Amino acid sequence: MKPVGFDYYRPQALSEAVALLADKGDEAAILAGGMTLGPMLNLRVARPRSVIDISRIQALKTISVSNNVVITGAGLTQSEALRSDLIAREVPLLAMALPWVGHFQTRNRGTLGGSVAHADPSAEIPLALVACGGTVVLQSRRGGRRIAAKEFFVGALMTQRRPDEIVTALEWPRTRPDAGHAFTEIAQRHGDFAIAAAACSLRLTKSDRVEHLSVGVGGVEDRPIAIDVSGFRGQAAGDIPANLSAHAASSVTPMEDRSASADYRTALTKVLVERAVNAALDMARLQRNRL
Amino acid sequence: MPDVIETISKRWVGAAVGRKEDEALLTGQARFIDDLYPIPGIRFAAILRSPHAHARIRRIDVARARELAGVRDIVTGKDVQELIGSIPSIVKAPLAYYPIAIDKAHYVGEPIAVVVADTRYIAEDACDLIDVEYEVLPAVANLRSVIMRDAPLIHEAVGSNVISRRSFSYGNPDDAFAAADRVFEFSYSLPRYASTPIETFGVIAHFERAPDRYTVWSNFQGPFVVQPLMANALRVPGHRLRLITPPSSGGSFGIKQAVLSYIVLLAAVSRRTGMPVKWIEDRVEHLTAASASSDRLGTVGAAFTKDGELTGLRFKTTANMGAYVRPPEPASLYRMHAASNGCYRVKNISIDNELVVTNSTPVGLNRGYGGPQFYFALERVMEIAARGLGIDPAELRRRNLIRAGAFPYKAPAGAVFDAGDYEAALSELLRIADYEKLKERRAAARRAGRLLGIGLAAGVEPSGSNMAYVSLAQTSEERRRADRKSGANASAVVTVDPSGQVTVRLCSCPNGQGHATVAAQIVADALGLHPDDIQVVTEVDTLTSAWSIASGNYSNRFAAIVVEAVAKCAEQVAQKIRLLAAAALDATADEIELHEGYARVRGQSNKGLPFRKAASRAHWDPAGLPGDTSPGIHESAVISPAVLGSPDAEDRIASAVTFGFVVDLAAVEIDAKTGAIRIDKYASVHDVGTQLNPKIVEGQVHGGFVHGLGAALFEELAYDDQGNFLSGTFADYLCPTAVEVPAIEIGHVETRSPANALGAKGLGDGSSMLTPAAVTNAVADALGRDDISLPLNLQRVWAFANGHNRTTKSRPAISSSRPTGRAAGETLTGSGEITLLAPVQEVWRRLLDPNELAAIIPGCRNLTQDQVDRYSARVTIGIGAIRGTYHAQIELRDKSERSSLRLLGKAVGPLGFGSGSGLVRLQPETEARTRLQYSYEAEVGGKLAAVGQRMLGSVMRYLISQFFRALERRITPASRTGWRSWWLRLRQYVSRDET
Repeated sequence: MKPVGFDYYRPQALSEAVALLADKGDEAAILAGGMTLGPMLNLRVARPRSVIDISRIQALKTISVSNNVVITGAGLTQSEALRSDLIAREVPLLAMALPWVGHFQTRNRGTLGGSVAHADPSAEIPLALVACGGTVVLQSRRGGRRIAAKEFFVGALMTQRRPDEIVTALEWPRTRPDAGHAFTEIAQRHGDFAIAAAACSLRLTKSDRVEHLSVGVGGVEDRPIAIDVSGFRGQAAGDIPANLSAHAASSVTPMEDRSASADYRTALTKVLVERAVNAALDMARLQRNRL
Repeated sequence: MPDVIETISKRWVGAAVGRKEDEALLTGQARFIDDLYPIPGIRFAAILRSPHAHARIRRIDVARARELAGVRDIVTGKDVQELIGSIPSIVKAPLAYYPIAIDKAHYVGEPIAVVVADTRYIAEDACDLIDVEYEVLPAVANLRSVIMRDAPLIHEAVGSNVISRRSFSYGNPDDAFAAADRVFEFSYSLPRYASTPIETFGVIAHFERAPDRYTVWSNFQGPFVVQPLMANALRVPGHRLRLITPPSSGGSFGIKQAVLSYIVLLAAVSRRTGMPVKWIEDRVEHLTAASASSDRLGTVGAAFTKDGELTGLRFKTTANMGAYVRPPEPASLYRMHAASNGCYRVKNISIDNELVVTNSTPVGLNRGYGGPQFYFALERVMEIAARGLGIDPAELRRRNLIRAGAFPYKAPAGAVFDAGDYEAALSELLRIADYEKLKERRAAARRAGRLLGIGLAAGVEPSGSNMAYVSLAQTSEERRRADRKSGANASAVVTVDPSGQVTVRLCSCPNGQGHATVAAQIVADALGLHPDDIQVVTEVDTLTSAWSIASGNYSNRFAAIVVEAVAKCAEQVAQKIRLLAAAALDATADEIELHEGYARVRGQSNKGLPFRKAASRAHWDPAGLPGDTSPGIHESAVISPAVLGSPDAEDRIASAVTFGFVVDLAAVEIDAKTGAIRIDKYASVHDVGTQLNPKIVEGQVHGGFVHGLGAALFEELAYDDQGNFLSGTFADYLCPTAVEVPAIEIGHVETRSPANALGAKGLGDGSSMLTPAAVTNAVADALGRDDISLPLNLQRVWAFANGHNRTTKSRPAISSSRPTGRAAGETLTGSGEITLLAPVQEVWRRLLDPNELAAIIPGCRNLTQDQVDRYSARVTIGIGAIRGTYHAQIELRDKSERSSLRLLGKAVGPLGFGSGSGLVRLQPETEARTRLQYSYEAEVGGKLAAVGQRMLGSVMRYLISQFFRALERRITPASRTGWRSWWLRLRQYVSRDET
C-alpha cells in the first residue's frame, strides 16, 4: 500500500497554487487535510502526477462575516470550525453537522473545503452547505466564480469544479436569531459514512406557522439534495414533520449498495427528516420564546 | 503434581501485577517484525494478486516490470513450483496447496507473482507492470451456491466441491429424538469474519547456501505442528528451516497462524533470487487474503422432554474451507467436537460434518476457533426451545447444566471437563445482571411498544488443545494407518546466570496476552524473588529454543499448560538453590526457604544468604558443589497433560486439558425505524479456575467480548455471487471502536483446575464464543422472530424488524426520470431511458459506427476494430481523484435491425476489472424522435470492488448515463441542422439499399 510516485508542491500563496494547477491540470490532485486523498494515494486508486499541498496557504484558513454570509476558508479544519464561536452563533447547522464528521482525530486534519471538493455523497459538510443554501467559491488563473451548493454537487465524487480550479471558500448564510436547526444521521458506527442524513433549518411565525423552511438529505442519492419544500411554507408547524417527511421519502431516488437497499434508504429518509424537522421546530420555539 | 502446589507461595500468582510488556509498548521501544533488519542487504517484496476469483493463468509477462529501475527479480508460481512441494493436509483430497497460484487462481487475492525490489514502492510499481493473461472461469464463493449441483468445480481433480464428509453418533440420538416430547430445529448461516490484528503479517526470508538453510523471521504464532509441514514443502529436514519470532507482537487472535504460507513462499523467493527478502502485508492484502473463521451453514436439532430435559442433539454443519485446506484446517470444525454437549448433561448426540471448497481465501484459526459457530447453533436452539417449552431460558439451562459434583465429567464425545460449578456461575450472572428486574423492565417496555429483548448463552471454554483432535476428520481406519498422534507439549527453560539473574524462556509465542508477566509471577513465587527480577524471553528460534509440536499460541494454552512447564522448571531451580544454600548454611535442603531474595533456614531469619550468592556458586565453584549437584543452573521441562490421549475407535477424544465456563447475558433495545441496536446491558461470568493475574483476565474478558460483539453486529468478509471480494478496507469491514463498546458487568466463579499446579484454566477465547449467540438471542427475543442471520447491521435489523424476509427488494426496472442503479444482489444493475431527437435509423447507425463509439465511450482513446462488431480501446476513467486507465474490449451482439442490440464491455486495469452487458432498445416516437431504453448488468472485481464498494453503483450509473448523454449530445445538433439531417436521411436510404 504505497502510492505511485508523484511530484509534491507546497505553495505558500493561493496565486502560486492556482498557477501550478493551471499548469498541471487534471493530472494534479489538491491535498488539504489528506483524510481522503491520503488513503486514496496509498490504495493507488488515485495516481496523480502532481500533488499540490494547499495546507500552508494562510489565506485559506480564515473565517469572516459579511452582511449576509459567513465565509469560511477552504483550508479551515473541521475541528477549527467546530471550535469557532462565530460559526456556532451564525451557522448553527454547520456546527451541528461537524460532530458527525469522522472522528476528532480526522477532524483535526480534515478541512471544510476538502470535504466539499471531494463530494462524497454521504458527507455532512456538503449536506449542510446545500441545506442552508450556501455557495462554493472557486478560483483559477482565469478568475473566480461562485456556484450555489445545490448546483455544485453533480454525483458521487463529482462536482462542477473544473480541473484548474481550487475551492477557496464556502459561503454560509447567517442564521436569524429565531431560527431552529437540526442535523441527524444514521451510520453503522459513529463516524462512518452516513447511510442517510438529514438537515433542517426553519423559522416559525407567531401563529406557529412555518416560514423559511429548508430540508436537505445526504447519503441517499449520489449527492446531497435539497428537498423541494415550497408546498410546506406557511403550513401549521404541527402538521409539518409527518407530511414533510413523507414528501421527502417519496421524492428521493435512493442509491443502493451493500449497506442499504433503496427501500431502507427511503425509510431512513422519512425517519430522519421527521426527526430533524421535529428537532428544528423545538429549537425554533425555544429561540422564539427566548426573544 | 501436588508437591509443587505446596512449595509455591502465592504472593505474586493471583495478584493484579502490572504487565512487564507495557513499558516497551507504551514508550515505543517494542520491536515488531517490521522493525527488524536482522541482516544486511534485505530487499523488499510486493505480491501481485489475482483480481479474479477463478481464472486460468494463460501467460505472465514480466518484461515491462523487469525494466523498471530498482527491480531485482520477479518470481512466478512456476518458478516457485520448481523449488517446493505442496503444503500437506490431513484431508486426503487431490488439491495441492501451494502458497502461490501455479496455473490457476482459485480466489481473489491469491498470489500470482512476487516482485523483489530495492523498495516496496518500486515493487508495487512493478506489480502494475506485470501483464497477466487470464481465462476467467465461473466462480463460486458463497456456501449456499456451492452446494448446488451446477456450481463450477474449484478443483477438477477432486471431482466435487465437497471434500470431506463425516458422520458421528454418540449415545443413542435416533432413539432420543424418537422418544422426545418436543423437538426444536434451527437452521442458520454464519458469515466469515476475522479478528483483524493491528499488526499484519510480516516475513523476512533468507536462504543461505552455506550452511544450506532457510532462516525466516516472521510473526508466526504456531502451532509448531506446522513447522515440519513447512519444512516438508520446502523439501528440507526440519532443522534447515529456522524460524525466528520477533520480541513483540501486534496481536494475532489466531490469524497469524496463516503466515505459514508466506513463510514458505518468501523462503522460496529468497532461494530463487539469492537475496534476503522482506515482505510486510498491507491491510488490503490482509483483509483480502490472510485468513478468517470459516463461514458455515447448519441445522441443529434438540430433543426435549416436556419438562425441559435436553435428551438429544443433532448437528449438521457445512463449513467453507476456502479454496484450499490450509493446515491445521479443518481443525476449526473439530475443535468443539468432543464437547458437543456444551455445558449440558445430554448424552445422545449425532454430528454430520461436511467440508467444502469455494473460490474464497482459505480459512484458519480465529479467536474462538469454531466456538462462536458451534455455540451459535447450540445456544440459539436452547433459546428457541425455552420459548417453545414455555420455560424461562435461564431456568431451562439450569435444569440441564452438568452438576457441580460431577467433575471430572466425561462428555459423550470424549472431552473430560476438569472442574466447574456451572450452576453457581449462572446464579452469579443472574445476580450481577439483575435478571428479575431486567425481565420486569422488558415487560414494561413491551407494554409501551418498545422492542427490548434479553438473550443468554452459556458454554465451556476448551483450553490447551490435544493436537490429535483434528484427526477426527479422518475415519478411525485412516487414523490406524497413520502415525499415532496425541497430546499438547509445552516447554519452558529457567536459567540463573553467574550473577544470579533469572531468565525464563518460553515457546508460547505471545501475541499480547502477557505471558512474560505471568511467567515472571510464577517464577518469582517459586524462587522468593520479585517479578521485576525475572527476565522473560518470548522470542522463539527453532534452532536454539526448546520447542515441540504443540509450541505456539492458540487455544488458550498458556494458562492451561504452559504455566505448568514454567512452574515445573521454577521448582527444579528452587530445589537446586535450596541444595546450594543448605550446603553453605549447614542445613538440609528441606529447611531452606526462598523468600524476598534470600535463601534462609526456616525459622532462623538471621541465617541465610542472598539468592544470587547461592546461585552463583553453581557457576563459580563447581568443585565445591554438594553431592551430585550438577554445575550451572539451567532447568528445562517439556510436559504434556496425561489426559490428552489419541482418539479412540469410537471417535472419542479428550480434546483439551481444561474447560473453563462462560455464561453471558445480553439485553438489547431495537429502534424499529432505523434498525439501530442499543446494548442495554451486557453481563458475563467466567470460571477460569485460579486467576493468575486478574488484570490480565479482565483484559481478556473485555477483548473476547468486543470481538464477539463485532461478529454479532458488524463484521463480514463478504464476497459477491461471482466471488469478487467486497471488504478490502476498514471502511468496508467494520470493527467495533471504543464508541460502540458498552461497559459490561464481569463476574467470576473460580473452581480450581486439577490439570496444573496453579489450578488455572485457559482463557482468552472467552466471550468471543458466546457473545454472537447471546446478542442474537436478545435480538430474536426483541423482535419475536428466529430467522436471524449475522451480522446484525442496521439494514438487516431494520428488515427483520419490519417483516422483510430479504434485505433488498427489487425496484421497477425502468425509471422515467433519472437513471437508476443498484448494487444489490451483488451485481450492479440499472436502467434508464432517453429521448433522442433523431429518427431511429440515425440512432441505429450511430450505435454501429466505430467512430461514434469512440466519441461516446467516456474517456475512450485509440479505439480499434478487431473483428466485425468487436473493438478494443484504451479508456481513461476519472471519478474525482480516482483515475485509472483500462484496456477495454467492446462487442455488439444480438443485433435486431433498428430495434435492439446488446453491448458487451470488459475493462481491465491495475485497479481491477469491470465487465458488463447492456441491452439497448430503440423505439420510434415520431419520425424524428427515438426513445432509447437501456438496462445493464455489470460486475466489478479486483481492488475497485474490494475498496470502493460503496460508490460502485453510483459510479457505474454515472458512466453508463454519460455514454448515452454523449450519444444524445452528438445527435441533437445534427437533427437540428437541416442540411445534415437531410444528408443523413439520404445516407440511411443508401444504407438500407445496401442491406
